[in-house]
Amino acid sequence: MLLRFSDIFPLKRGRAHEVTGPSAPVFAGISVGLSRMPAFWFVEDWMHETLNPMGLIPYCDPHHILIGKCPTPTDVLAATEEALRSGVVPYVIAEISKPLTLKAGRRLQLAAGQGRATGIMIIPQGMGSNAAQTRWDARPKFSTPNDALMQWSLVKNKSGTVASWDVRWNEETHHISVVPKAA
Amino acid sequence: MKKRIISLWFPRLHSDRILRRQPMTGPFAVTAHAQNTDRLLCVNQEAQSAGLERGMSLSDAHALCPSLRSEPHHPQADQYFLSGLSRWARRYCPWVAQDGGDGLLMDITGSAHLFGGEEAMLNDLGHRLGHARLNARWGVADTRGAAWALAHYRPGIAAMGETEHALNTLPVAALRIAPQEDVTLQRLGVKTIGQLTKLPRATLGQRFGASVLMRLDQALGTHGETISPEAEAPVYATRLTFPEPIGLSSDVMAALERLLPALCAKLRDNQMGARTMLLICRRVDGQDQQVELRLARPLRDAARIQPLFERGVGTIDAGFGIDQLRLVATQVEHLAVEQIAHHNPRSQDGLHDLITRLGNRIGLDNIQRFLPADSHIPERSFKIAAAAWSEPSGTWVSPAPRPIRIFPPEGVAASGNAPPKRFRWRRQSLATARATGPERIAPEWWLMDENWRNGVRDYWRIETQQGRRLWMFYTPQNPGWFVHGEFA
Repeated sequence: MLLRFSDIFPLKRGRAHEVTGPSAPVFAGISVGLSRMPAFWFVEDWMHETLNPMGLIPYCDPHHILIGKCPTPTDVLAATEEALRSGVVPYVIAEISKPLTLKAGRRLQLAAGQGRATGIMIIPQGMGSNAAQTRWDARPKFSTPNDALMQWSLVKNKSGTVASWDVRWNEETHHISVVPKAA
Repeated sequence: MKKRIISLWFPRLHSDRILRRQPMTGPFAVTAHAQNTDRLLCVNQEAQSAGLERGMSLSDAHALCPSLRSEPHHPQADQYFLSGLSRWARRYCPWVAQDGGDGLLMDITGSAHLFGGEEAMLNDLGHRLGHARLNARWGVADTRGAAWALAHYRPGIAAMGETEHALNTLPVAALRIAPQEDVTLQRLGVKTIGQLTKLPRATLGQRFGASVLMRLDQALGTHGETISPEAEAPVYATRLTFPEPIGLSSDVMAALERLLPALCAKLRDNQMGARTMLLICRRVDGQDQQVELRLARPLRDAARIQPLFERGVGTIDAGFGIDQLRLVATQVEHLAVEQIAHHNPRSQDGLHDLITRLGNRIGLDNIQRFLPADSHIPERSFKIAAAAWSEPSGTWVSPAPRPIRIFPPEGVAASGNAPPKRFRWRRQSLATARATGPERIAPEWWLMDENWRNGVRDYWRIETQQGRRLWMFYTPQNPGWFVHGEFA
């Protein structure tokens, strides 16, 4: 059976997911935008590549993003776990710089399950953990009409097959749509 | 019942305060800057016997007495010290007020007998003040004016109804009149209060106006004068002492369950909310352990604060046990009473509590939100504010598509004002497929900014064949290409 995009996105609630690639922040931003609820975004405070709220405007309301600057990578994980467990916000996003261990990934899964919240871990290439529900690779794709096309590939799926889609965000309708691949 | 007033005067309050903290022998003075020079404000006994006096300039004083040590005047600390003294004086009577910067007024009507009479009470007072190494003089009389006069000019007790007799021989300055009036009275040959009372009132009123007569009447009791104690600032603190030391964190939490409602009730009465709370655990070995709780919103809801303490309480090292807990709201903010509405569930409460909990781990200032700012400079087009001290406000407007990630500009080897066809960035070879721009952004010349020293920038949105969409700029005044951000 072919996996449909609408079955897998928006992401499954109560689980932790991973996303990598240059478009990962947009992936997270769109998820938050679709929920129209506040979200936490944890980063390590030394990171010089910062989120630009002006760039978030098309995807979600920047007022909804609460940035948590953590002094150490452990704090990022601890804060993410705490925010997931509380279940106050539907999405918790964490940018991590170190490989996620299986133990850490598992703890995040449990916390997300307890709080019925969704975790999105933005990870560097190839640093995921086996505990993740899904892992995505989101990258921009050049297309001849100027329409900010992105390629979102599902590279790991705990409960199904993997697939790849070309997607486009529609600013006016606030909707993500799959672009059929050119034959 | 006739009133009885004690006027307590600390003639060397400023120097006594410092000498109590750092005892020393030898001449000592407190100086204050007045009339363009440092002048002595208060001298101790040794300095006075060395010939120093109030108002003398510090350099003159050093010439007279080379071994003089001095400290600058600290008015706030003195004020604080005096309010401490006025709290202490409440052990004698409930009605204590501060009198100027260096005195106290105590209304001991009906409380002297508790100490075995006025004499015994004053003995006790003198003994305790002496033990605290404070110089003090006091006068007791039926009126405030008379007590003040006695304290300053002839310390002692004027028996009930003997006020006029006690004042008769005191100089007129003891009436708290202006120095100018004092000088004029002296010139007229009126040296003592007794002489003043014998003068006809009408002529006094004509010559000096109402003020001298009023002071005289106040001292003699024909004109009433009230003592108004300062209202005590509310103290947001509660404490609990245990008969046996405790050591389990569940016990500490149970104790908190008793402390918090009391503190919150106090906060509610004053329409305040706590912003920072401090739990001080006094251990049996005298080593205090502290837990600080910084709240994301002013709060006075015991049930909500209690779980927020859990993490902090877990870190306490109880040692051999804790025998006293003290809970203080160290920072309070005004928090008006809110109507509880059914249609508006307070959904934000959970978020604020989460911010508090996270803030206690990573620092409350590190949880931030974006606020729009009015600038075209990409880095300054938004502000970052601590979420606990700001509200989301303003609308987000983007003048042109902006990248979702920005970073410090990274140089790219390219030349010319047209976007490069091929370039290398972050060890990748990229080929430009489409370039949108330029959008010229000029530096804000009214602000010094190191990053904008290269002058105006022409921003381009570069879409590469490889997919990456970059935000690049060219600086025409200092030719060079840079990558500043990335679209998705």
